[in-house]
Amino acid sequence: MIRSMRDAFDTFQRSPLLSALSVTTIAFSLFALGLFGLVALNIREALERLEDRVEIRAFVTDGTPAEDVVRAATDIAGFPEVLSAQVVTQEQALKRAQTELGEFRDVFEGAILPGSIDLRLRAGMRDPATVKRVASRVKAFSFIDDIRYGEEWIEKLYRLRNIAGIAGLALGLAFAIVSVIIIGATIRMAVLARAREISIMRLVGATDAYIRRPFLIEGFAKGVLGGLFALLLTWLAQSLINRYVIHTIFFDARIAVLGLLFGAMLGLVGSAVSVGRHLRRV
Amino acid sequence: MIRFTRVTKSYPKTGTAVQDVNLSVGKGEFIFMTGPSGAGKTTLLKMVYMEERPTSGEVRVSGTSSVTATPRDVAKLRRKLGIVFQDFRLLEDRTVEQNVSFALEVIGAPTAVIGGKVARVLTQVGLAAKGRALPRELSGGEQQRVAIARALVNDPFALIADEPTGNLDDRATRGIFQLLREINASGTAIMMATHNLELIRRQEFRTIEMNRGQIVFDSAEPGSAANAP
Repeated sequence: MIRSMRDAFDTFQRSPLLSALSVTTIAFSLFALGLFGLVALNIREALERLEDRVEIRAFVTDGTPAEDVVRAATDIAGFPEVLSAQVVTQEQALKRAQTELGEFRDVFEGAILPGSIDLRLRAGMRDPATVKRVASRVKAFSFIDDIRYGEEWIEKLYRLRNIAGIAGLALGLAFAIVSVIIIGATIRMAVLARAREISIMRLVGATDAYIRRPFLIEGFAKGVLGGLFALLLTWLAQSLINRYVIHTIFFDARIAVLGLLFGAMLGLVGSAVSVGRHLRRV
Repeated sequence: MIRFTRVTKSYPKTGTAVQDVNLSVGKGEFIFMTGPSGAGKTTLLKMVYMEERPTSGEVRVSGTSSVTATPRDVAKLRRKLGIVFQDFRLLEDRTVEQNVSFALEVIGAPTAVIGGKVARVLTQVGLAAKGRALPRELSGGEQQRVAIARALVNDPFALIADEPTGNLDDRATRGIFQLLREINASGTAIMMATHNLELIRRQEFRTIEMNRGQIVFDSAEPGSAANAP
């Protein structure tokens, strides 16, 4: 094992330019992947914040006895999808409107606003279909006059999220394939440069596993180095965006480590494919 | 020890290289393989170290069968064989010592024993003083000695030599041949393909002549064919 590691390190030393080039290409592929990941992460984060605000407001017909409304609210709070159901009386509605409108509060002087039951849904149950279903059940109460839940923007929100998810996955896959091909090509150059050595190794009885090992270590190391480099670039890019454009968040440690592992895996797969092909051919 | 049973090897493009060969090589034997270019000598030798497998028939070498051997079995077998070629096949960027120790390193020999074994085998081939030299600083005969040292360092039971003197002048040829005789005298079997009929005539070793993929003469079985070399 130590000998294989030394061999792998020797290759780095013997062709520093080629090694630097392959680490850089890996880094840039992973950087592109990282940037996209960052976009996806921030969209998701923003969506989660927006989702928190998903609310169904069921307006109560004027003159409905307060106890009926309270009973209905208790019933609704019992729905599995519902986190809370709060009764808002006419007075409270007015007060809220006045607070929200600040300096224009005079507009509501003496006005009558309808009371309502305000629902919040549980996390994970805020998708358009569930919201619609809950809304229609609430509407079944005879004294519910009207119901509002911003159906349009909920649907848009979800569509955006799905598109971001699918595009992220497709682009991520494409970049991963490109990385494997690049790593495979650079390892292949290293394999060809050592073709004579490999043929002698086989002649004196080295196993294929032994021959493969230094190349796998090399690919792994290049993947990790490329990954580190990509992480640094992504972090720099995020810092700049954060400072000059818009507030964003960065990957947490778990995702960063996963990214590095992914880089290492790409390196391993690329070199395994490349060496395997060479060994099968000779 | 080495046994060919009804071995035929054909290639899709070039046709049959070896046809229906039966051959048995005993312990410590010295065998010359001769015949015109394309007669099948190299293919036959390749089947001994299982670089090629027969299209039909079986080659058995020290208990390893060409029919059942896995790549790992082949690697293990080659550790018990020494292989030498006309073009030496040395690593140009490594010293004589490193070329020889390479053969031990890649099969995972413990570092502690490598130095001693390399020194011993370099003395055996007469290159004890040139361990630090690079191949390009050596003559052809010396380079072939390095290749033989590399082949010997694992104490093989047989040495397979494909035209080992093909690139050498007369003097170097005699030197290499003398070395092979000494190696054989210490118990290692030798299968050597050569065009050098002069070399063969002067020796009493078993001689096999091939032509068009078949054995047409075997001095161990004088009745095998009429056309002796």
